[in-house]
Amino acid sequence: MATTVVMEALSPTMEEGRLVKWSKAVGEAVKTGETLAEVETDKAVMELVARADGQLLKQIVAEGATVPVGEAVAVIGAPGESVATPAATAPAKTQPAQQPSAVSPQPSTPVAPADATQVVRASPLARRLAKERGVDLKLVQGSGPGGRVVMRDLEGAGGAAVGLPVPVPRSAVPEPVGGVAYRDVPLTQIRKTIAKRLGTSLGPIPHFFLTTEVDMERAADARAALNQQLGDQGQNQAKISINDILLKATALALTKHGACNAWWQDDHIRYWNEVHVGMAVAIEDGLITPVIRNTDRKSLLEIGTEARELAGRARERRLRPEEYTGSTFSVSNLGMFDIDQFTAVINPPEAAILAVGAMSAKPVAMDGAVVVRRRLRMTLSCDHRVIDGATGAAFLRTVKQMLENPLAMLL
Amino acid sequence: MTTVTAQPTKGDTQAALHRRMLREMLLIRRFEEKAAEAYALGKIGGFCHLYIGQEAVAVGVSAALEPTDYVIASYREHGQALARGITARAVMAELFGKSTGCSGGKGGSMHLFDAAKRFMGGHGIVGGHLPLATGLAFAVKYRGGNEVCACFFGEAAVNIGAFHEAVNMASVWKLPVIFLCENNRYGMGTAFERVAAVTDVVEHACSYDIAGEVVNGMDVLEVQQAMQRAVQRARKGGHPTLLEVRTYRYMGHSMSDPLHGVYRTKDEVEEQKKKDPIAQLTQRLRQEGALDQAGLDALDAEVRAEVDDAVRFADESADPAAAELTAHVLAD
Amino acid sequence: MPTITYRDALNQALREEMQRDPNVFLMGEEVGLYQGAYKVSRGLLEEFGAKRVVDTPIAELGFAGIGVGAAMGGLRPVVEFMTWNFAVLALDQIVNSAAKMLYMSGGQIPVPIVFRGPNGAALQLSSQHSQAWESWLSHIPGLKVVAPATPYDAKGLLKAAIRDNNPVVVLEGEMLYNNKGEVPEGEIVVPIGQADVKREGRHVTLICHSKTVAIALKAADQLASQDIAAEVLDLRTLRPLDDAAILRSVTKTNRAVVVEEGWPQCGIGAQVVDLIQREAFDQLDAPVLRVTQADVPMPYNKQLERLAKPSPDKVVAAARRVLYLD
Repeated sequence: MATTVVMEALSPTMEEGRLVKWSKAVGEAVKTGETLAEVETDKAVMELVARADGQLLKQIVAEGATVPVGEAVAVIGAPGESVATPAATAPAKTQPAQQPSAVSPQPSTPVAPADATQVVRASPLARRLAKERGVDLKLVQGSGPGGRVVMRDLEGAGGAAVGLPVPVPRSAVPEPVGGVAYRDVPLTQIRKTIAKRLGTSLGPIPHFFLTTEVDMERAADARAALNQQLGDQGQNQAKISINDILLKATALALTKHGACNAWWQDDHIRYWNEVHVGMAVAIEDGLITPVIRNTDRKSLLEIGTEARELAGRARERRLRPEEYTGSTFSVSNLGMFDIDQFTAVINPPEAAILAVGAMSAKPVAMDGAVVVRRRLRMTLSCDHRVIDGATGAAFLRTVKQMLENPLAMLL
Repeated sequence: MTTVTAQPTKGDTQAALHRRMLREMLLIRRFEEKAAEAYALGKIGGFCHLYIGQEAVAVGVSAALEPTDYVIASYREHGQALARGITARAVMAELFGKSTGCSGGKGGSMHLFDAAKRFMGGHGIVGGHLPLATGLAFAVKYRGGNEVCACFFGEAAVNIGAFHEAVNMASVWKLPVIFLCENNRYGMGTAFERVAAVTDVVEHACSYDIAGEVVNGMDVLEVQQAMQRAVQRARKGGHPTLLEVRTYRYMGHSMSDPLHGVYRTKDEVEEQKKKDPIAQLTQRLRQEGALDQAGLDALDAEVRAEVDDAVRFADESADPAAAELTAHVLAD
Repeated sequence: MPTITYRDALNQALREEMQRDPNVFLMGEEVGLYQGAYKVSRGLLEEFGAKRVVDTPIAELGFAGIGVGAAMGGLRPVVEFMTWNFAVLALDQIVNSAAKMLYMSGGQIPVPIVFRGPNGAALQLSSQHSQAWESWLSHIPGLKVVAPATPYDAKGLLKAAIRDNNPVVVLEGEMLYNNKGEVPEGEIVVPIGQADVKREGRHVTLICHSKTVAIALKAADQLASQDIAAEVLDLRTLRPLDDAAILRSVTKTNRAVVVEEGWPQCGIGAQVVDLIQREAFDQLDAPVLRVTQADVPMPYNKQLERLAKPSPDKVVAAARRVLYLD
């Protein structure tokens, strides 16, 4: 029976071999182990040896042909044996015609780059935290390199601060100059761009919102103690409300965060050196915001007395114009309506407004145990043209800290 | 199927030993021929260095060793492994990369191991295993043992630093190691005299003050006797020996290298084949009347059957399980 | 608790293990009669004799290979290199023999051996004697690599290395040998593969090993004065790396700086950074930074050498950057 001779793998990496020269002619006798042909591998010229005895009946490929390993190259058999030509012998491999390598075509016009402004740069941690807290990173101004939103930019946005030292802000608000009510700062290019972009994306005032929950246990206790003392002093009519404490804390926080005590003036931003907190009061057919002037410099008792007096006259529609204009920041409290949390619309040209919900007792986890605490949720609405995420968050954190530790207001 | 080895057995007659040595050399020859075929068929991968022509060295050396002695070799070690008594099945299966191979299919042709037979490996870096041999002998002496270590290497390894470091320390510390230089005259395609200042390897014994002998590596009995002397020196006083065993490989350096060409002529190879170690021993046994043609044919048939069985076994054996990939990187 | 030097801690480990197991022996250049180039083996020749404290010729490849062979033959050698710079000559035996034997023998032949010696730069030893090899060595499967920073860890890790059934590389330090620390009397074994928090912090993790632990601790002191609480994580073992400890710390601090003596390319820090970005991506608030030796051969000049080496100031600067403070 005839034996087909195949191209053998004569080196470990050989995939094909070039049959250089036939050592045996057709009709010649061959013995096992005898050289049939010389084959050039990827490494050397090797001998293809016979694996059977008999006569070389057929040379299937010609000298010079390149043959893949495993393909038939010859047939050995008994003299006179008929040879069935093995099917599908591989043709000698030819080099595929090489495509002339033209200069690779260049696009005649550059592809328009994707709108880079749509890319939010944020650290992986900030992305995760934002997702967990429901914060839209597009609305948070990053303080990292290239505007990268990093963890500290999200502090106050529903998460606890880790007490990281805060760097000197890159665009620090200059210290107030004594005796001048305000100073006007020209818009920088980036501020113009942010204003334009956010303004057209979200409406005339590009709002964003920061919410935090405040533990009111100590503030409420302080209020009770103060009222008891006032009662002991016979001033029974002059009571201090939670709202008074809120106004005071807000005013003091504004002194520390001048960036939130500002007006948007279209072509510039006015940073106020004075703190005039407006207090939204619901009236019969609308809303009015009487102003407590220089709120930060007034005592709780003064704030409480003035607030009640202004609110009373507001409901009687007896406020003079100067009493409900000129606020630098506003607070809206819907706690008396049992609203847990809401967002308030900014009172232009102010840059922010604080919306305060109802104080209520609720179970919270503290130090690993569930305890019942009086809590209150507040949401800061900010004008992104003026205030960045981190700036608003830092302000809100200060308000929260003061409420949670009222003694801090004495500092 | 049990493999008959050339190792001495108590009460052996000289004729019986010679007959076994012949069988062992034949086994190696037939095994290597089958390995060449299996390689060509793609059943064996990577590098594969055959021992055809050098059979007398492995067989003669092994005949002088006890089962507790250590053997360590280079990557051209199929013959030594078989002569040491590793079954043809286990060696062939290793060449095929199968789980039943003597190294579990993870070593291949160049890394045959059998710890139980104290066959401490084929090693792939030229000269790298010579310090290991000295170290094995160090361990023997440290434990107060009586074993020796036989270390096979090619003449090209003599040019590498490890040879000199290993031989020097073996001599300084008087360790029971026998350095067996299989001088087959070519390091791959480079003749030794082209790259060595001292072409008689045995002269290096003087450099390190150890015993040295030149041995005709085509005569298995001469190899066995020289090895017996070396083993005796080692066992008695921990004196190392350098045996320069002059031999010849019929095949190319590896399966992917030509038999002859730029570095040696076909005539030279054919001339060397006339000194074939198997033919020489056969001749001797016939002259002694210890073996006739029928006996020889029977022996050859027996050996061929053993090799065929090894191939069948290797073919039918399973590849190592995928989990073997990460096994044995570290010991427990 | 007694306070002893790193050198004496290693000496204790060697002595105790040689007393415990007669198959343990020490070999290397100058380890016996000369009492050790750095006196780590002081007194061992007198106690254990020349059979077990073996002076070798200057032939790193040879005696490293003899050690491997002895381990194949059932002993537990401790091979001392006068420095790891010389051990480069022995890499064939460490990499091709020791690390591969078990695997390519299909699990038949373990190699329980310790290769130890000082690694990295000392002072003004110039280019050939000031190299840190841990990234080379820890690249190799089949090896374990430890780099103790303190006397306690030096004793505990060397004892663990000698008892391990694998080749273990122990990287010491010429500049560490005189460092003192508390080491309890008697048996201490520090498990291979466990990192150690050398200082707790919550703002940034300084990941270090060997000599850079002291650098990181100094940096942490400086950072503390800036209200930054740095955690100092000593890797101790470089292969296998304690992935869990690294991830635990970075998950806490969200920021990391990796400090090492070696060069930057393909360094230990590259491996650590890969782990962090792969397994703790969502914990990261900043890219992980690395402090390494400058990417140059070590210069001889003292000022240039200082510039080339990692320092507390460089670590502080990197820490401030990952905190976005600069």
